[in-house]
Parts: sequence; structure tokens; C-alpha cells
Amino acid sequence: MTAKVQYADVEVGTELPAQTFPVTRATLVQYAGASGDFNPIHWNEKFAKEVGLPDVIAHGMFTMAEAIRVVTDWVGDPGAVVEYGVRFTRPVVVPNDDQGATIEVSGKVAAKLDDDTVRVDLLVKSAGQKVLGMSRAVVRLA
Amino acid sequence: MPLDQSFVGRTYPPTDPYEVGREKIREFAEAVGDTNPAYTDPEAAKALGYADVIAPPTFVFSITFKAAGQVVEDPQLGLDYSRVVHGDQKFAYTRPVRAGDRLAITSTIETIKSMAGHDVLTVRGEVHDEAGEHVVTAWTKLVARGEDEEA
Repeated sequence: MTAKVQYADVEVGTELPAQTFPVTRATLVQYAGASGDFNPIHWNEKFAKEVGLPDVIAHGMFTMAEAIRVVTDWVGDPGAVVEYGVRFTRPVVVPNDDQGATIEVSGKVAAKLDDDTVRVDLLVKSAGQKVLGMSRAVVRLA
Repeated sequence: MPLDQSFVGRTYPPTDPYEVGREKIREFAEAVGDTNPAYTDPEAAKALGYADVIAPPTFVFSITFKAAGQVVEDPQLGLDYSRVVHGDQKFAYTRPVRAGDRLAITSTIETIKSMAGHDVLTVRGEVHDEAGEHVVTAWTKLVARGEDEEA
């Protein structure tokens, strides 16, 4: 395990580089195949609306996978992630057009912990609204 | 009808091993658009100290959630899966999942709560490798919406 960020170089409040991740219907079909989650709310507009959703929504686990990239890109070594948790508070609605939706992720160091680890709190939004709550990772730095 | 509290603490038999393949990891990394070379290039993974390519942090969910199917589909528990949404997800890692791992999952019902007419069920999936060493634990909170909420 070899994180490229030094524990001594970060402090509470240190911001991680923010990123924006696009998600289209094609992305969701690809994610469904790779993850094995074929729930039709993620690809079938008719079904999604029948169960009361505004439109097709992204897999919560897709959003979770994107959000942690802000952390893994920051430290370089994805194996440096010790803990990662989220609450799915609001769906990412993905319209059937060329644009799709975007997931905006920012993060900052919220606490310095033992054993060269830090807690990073992530802010994850789509269409101006927070989509994940309690989105936190503990990561081991060098 | 609320879920039976006596199921709290129930542990299900470990799954048959899931063998993690390099190409499955690649497929997953491509699907989430993550180009970190540790997921696809064994040399890059070795440079970080891993024997083979590693998987993105959330990759293991596909395996633990399938294992949680034993719980979700337990007829004695009687969870109505058509009403279930994924509430929370958490992972605690001892080490990253890597290609070549043969992973067995042991699922346990950690908590059952009834909140505002919803059943809230937390399933803990302990992931061990072939040597019996702990790799990661996944906690999946499922919320079964109450019947009276039907529009």
C-alpha cells in the first residue's frame, strides 16, 4: 500500500480535487451488465414511472462507485481505502437524451485519525441536490 | 406485519467461493469509467505492493449482495422484496479484493427495526479468502416500505 499523499501534509479542512462524472442511459446499461444489477428502474422508463419514480434512475451503487474516485484519485492507491459508507438519500434521475445527468463530488478531510488515517467527508450532488448522505471514507495516507 | 425480531443474529451458511477474475475487474472499472491502472495493469498493481490487479472499492458489493439473497429470500423471514430499497451501504476493508481471490461470504442479520411503518434490515456480509483471512465486511441496509404508503 503506497498512498501518494503524506499524512503530515494534510489537515482538517484540506480539500480534495472535486470531480464531475457524467451518467447517461448507456452508462447505466453498461453498469447493469458489469455489476449484475438488472433492476428495470435503471433502464426501463415505463417500469420506473409505474413504480412512482420521475424517470429512470442511476444505480445507487454506481453513484457510490463514482464518489469514491475523488478519494482514490487523490491517494493514487485504491487499496488505501479502509472504510467507506454512504446513505442513499435521493435518486440520480437520468433522462433519455444525449446529456444524461452529472454527479458532482467534492470532499474534504474532516478528521485526522490514528495510524496515518484520515476521514474524508464527501459531498455528492446531482441536479443541484444532495444525492448521498453520510458519505464518508477513512483512508490510510503515507 | 413487522419482521420477526428473533431473526436478529441469524447467520446463514457461507457461500461457495466466488473467483475474482482480472477481466471481471476490468469490466467493472470500465463501467464506472475509472482508469486507475491498479485495476487493469498487473505491473501497476505490483508497484503498489499487490500480487495482482485489485478491484475498485465497491466491486465486492455484487458478490455480497448476491449472498444477501439468502436472507432476503428466506421464506421464514418473509421480507417483501418488491417493497425494498437500498438505504445505506458501508464497507470496512482489511485489504483490497484482488484478481485470483476465491471469496466466500457469510451473511448475518445484524439488526431489524421498525421505523414509521417501514421494516429496516441490516445484513452484514463477512468476506473471507481461501485461506480463511478476512478481506472486507459489507453492511447493507434495506428498507421495506410499509404497505399503507402505496399511492
